[in-house]
Amino acid sequence: MSDPSESLASAKAVADRVIKAKRLNACLTPPKELRASLAQQAQAAHHSGVLYGMPVAVKDNICTLEFTTSCGSKILGGFRSPFEATAVARLKAAGALIAGKTNCDEFGMGSSTEHSAYGRTVHPTDKARVPGGSSGGSAALVAAGAVPAALGSETGGSVRQPASLCGVVGIKPTYGRVSRYGLVAFGSSLDQIGVLGRSVHDAARVLSVISGRDPRDATCEDRDPLRLPTVPESLQGFVIGIPKEYFPPDLDPGVRRACDRAIRLLRELGAAVREVSLPHTAHAVPTYYIVAPAEASSNLARYDGARYGPRFDGSADVRSLYRRTRGEGFGPEVRRRILVGTYVLSSGYYDAYYRKAQQMRALIAQDFRHVFDRGVDLLFTPTTPTPAFKAGEKLSDPVAMYLSDIFTVTANLAGLPALSLPIGRIKGLPIGGQFLGQAFLEDEMLEAAYALERVVPATEEA
Amino acid sequence: MSAAWETVIGLETHVQLRTASKMFCGCSAAFGAPPNTNVCPVCLGLPGSLPVPNEQAMKLAVRAALALGCTVHARSILARKNYFYPDLPKGYQISQFESPLATDGSVSYLSPDRGVATATIARLHVEEDAGKSLHDRVPKQTAVDLNRCGVPLVEIVTGPDFRSPREARAYLLTLKQVLEYAGISDCDMEKGSLRVDANVSVRRAGETALGTKTEVKNINSFAYVEKALTVERDRQITLLESGGVVVQQTMLFDSKSNEVRAQRLKEESHDYRYFPDPDLPPLVLQPDFIAEQQTQLPELPARKRERFVADYALGVSDAAVLTAERAVADYYEQVVHAGAEPKAAANWVMTEVLGDAKDHGDHLRVPAGGLAQLIALVKGGTLSHQAAKRVFSEVAERGGDPRTVAEALGLVQVGDTGVLAGWVNDVLGAHGVEVGRYRQGETKLIQFFVGQVMKASRGKADPKLTQRLLEERLAG
Repeated sequence: MSDPSESLASAKAVADRVIKAKRLNACLTPPKELRASLAQQAQAAHHSGVLYGMPVAVKDNICTLEFTTSCGSKILGGFRSPFEATAVARLKAAGALIAGKTNCDEFGMGSSTEHSAYGRTVHPTDKARVPGGSSGGSAALVAAGAVPAALGSETGGSVRQPASLCGVVGIKPTYGRVSRYGLVAFGSSLDQIGVLGRSVHDAARVLSVISGRDPRDATCEDRDPLRLPTVPESLQGFVIGIPKEYFPPDLDPGVRRACDRAIRLLRELGAAVREVSLPHTAHAVPTYYIVAPAEASSNLARYDGARYGPRFDGSADVRSLYRRTRGEGFGPEVRRRILVGTYVLSSGYYDAYYRKAQQMRALIAQDFRHVFDRGVDLLFTPTTPTPAFKAGEKLSDPVAMYLSDIFTVTANLAGLPALSLPIGRIKGLPIGGQFLGQAFLEDEMLEAAYALERVVPATEEA
Repeated sequence: MSAAWETVIGLETHVQLRTASKMFCGCSAAFGAPPNTNVCPVCLGLPGSLPVPNEQAMKLAVRAALALGCTVHARSILARKNYFYPDLPKGYQISQFESPLATDGSVSYLSPDRGVATATIARLHVEEDAGKSLHDRVPKQTAVDLNRCGVPLVEIVTGPDFRSPREARAYLLTLKQVLEYAGISDCDMEKGSLRVDANVSVRRAGETALGTKTEVKNINSFAYVEKALTVERDRQITLLESGGVVVQQTMLFDSKSNEVRAQRLKEESHDYRYFPDPDLPPLVLQPDFIAEQQTQLPELPARKRERFVADYALGVSDAAVLTAERAVADYYEQVVHAGAEPKAAANWVMTEVLGDAKDHGDHLRVPAGGLAQLIALVKGGTLSHQAAKRVFSEVAERGGDPRTVAEALGLVQVGDTGVLAGWVNDVLGAHGVEVGRYRQGETKLIQFFVGQVMKASRGKADPKLTQRLLEERLAG
């Protein structure tokens, strides 16, 4: 049994840490509300839970009963969900404290957290730079030491990319490992809730709690929660593939040096490292930017001002209500993707774009299967092509922005688990390395990450 | 004018499945609750909610497909049909498009023009219903009731198989009968649990290519099916005969004015951008599951009708009346199994039972065992047919055992020859003139004497026995 005054004191300490990081604009919850809620949560928290007292911040596109769920969008400004996500309910049942909602690109659409209706989130070590995105608020809060872990979500790398740019661990589980119930949909066949953590272990224990079957999500696999592996002595027996397509000649030299160092360390840990090929990799980004917007154009149709969220009114008929609400409620990147998605699903274009993209998606998944069928356990790649870029740098060039997801979208297209962990610094900026694992074999991926994390000089220049 | 023209009609019928809960959530699917009370985050399409298929709905949909002779596909795809409308909270309807649940079925029905005919079922797919927009509830505003949102439906699409409006209606009645039989739907057009849209075209007699079709919507009662289709057919023929062309468009039927009007272009169907719903894995049905649904199907009306003809030596039209509704057919068979003679039972059910049911909300008020007993009482001479009808009404109204009721009403026939002989003596004694005429060969007067005995007995005398006694006495 814990002392009530003790839990109140800890709630205050949690709130203080999050509020102290205010300059990052990473947490969207107003300080007063955060304090009040944490005090209440701390007293109600389950003492016997495996995460008792652990503060976990939650991305703003995951439904909570505690705070608003606005998805970084004006169109859901002030929206309070009448239910909470399965992942959030499980965190609370395990005794964790929901430490506020984190800023993100609107509906998860973006790679810099600049596309938020609530202002951009600032990179924790360089305020001129972006933290990555779309789960940039979660990554920045963890990197700033405000919380040990935070929930993010991924459609094309939105957990791993900001984890890499902020110097924290980010895990995207296998599609179907964690229930999507309560995760506001962007690209349903790609979306997964993921975890950002200070360490592999912090992220993994949160993942373990939120994973497992859920009758409310038909795409969630009927499996027990993930069991955490122990930290291995060595990586003897592991075969780690290095896909050559992820190391193009024009790769940032710092990123290449950091990866080479990590690969050397994996060898020293006893892993067999071999070069492999995933020949359809080059088509991943174009494929992703057909599939994800197509699904988004449909998923976001419900925001029409008729039932909830702000209504941008002043018009008599329903068509102009839709037009005004959606025109003013969505930001430019969301509108762009809805238009792209609507276009690729239109009759006459469906076969040329959407159907072809689905075929390519199957080929990309097949690339991975071929490699894993030939004895490779895991793949190791850079997480991002560069460290954190400057705010505003890619805003006017959507394609350049999209290319920052080039190494991460494949895991979403193939539904595979992937993890990013810090492997060094480039001119002081963190950079991540990525493990890509086999479906539902997160435990193997975690073992390798535990082992590498212990030896890699993550805060040293590569 | 229509002799020179052939009408071609195909029907798309939406049928609500009789499930307790909705297609993708646990909300009640019941009709008639106060607006927006049977709703939850899933059927309201709130952010973050996800659909989970209702297994009972899938069972009923598969049964419907099997009852209509369709091939049920082991793997089918739920797809999103995207369009904006205030009563569609997600901005899309979950339906099926490229890979429907079932295809290639057929329904045999009795065409008023051609006798037994076959309608092909091109496809049958599952989908969720939308909510309801109420334009007359609040002045100048549209109210939306989302109770219906997510109620499970099957859509049943025929080929262009019907050659007249009344033929289309006959098919629809047969479809309703089959679906009601199999417990799949209430098929109540007034409550909207069965809705029909029709594709109508005409062509000159002898032509094989189809004419340009229009889609007729808003036919919201069985009574209007034939009317709406006739109005549209006649409109097309008049148009073509005056040198015009039919434009492919949606026509709305107005039952008040008996007219069709073209839907405004703005309301016209656009590009629905169908694609597989990423929230729902393919519907994979195991062979065992499909086989199990087959065993759950009752004997369907056409088969039952044939069996009634064969087993009970009934005429086809009587068998059709008795099998029109499953409850009536079951009742009839219970009466026969309780010992009643099949032909007599058929007459009783078609006249007294159905007549009484019609006036009393389709309730079959006299238990099958009671009717069988009543028929036996008539056959055994205990009750006259007229008296039995009174007993039937009494049992229907107040219940009870027919024999006891007959006795209480004093309707039991007197078959005691001693008692009858007394009445016969009285009658013959009082009508000497007629006795004389009879004995001179005017034997048809026997009915007069029987009538007099019946009168003297106040209807209780067993007429057959009375006649025999009279004949004996008059011969002697």
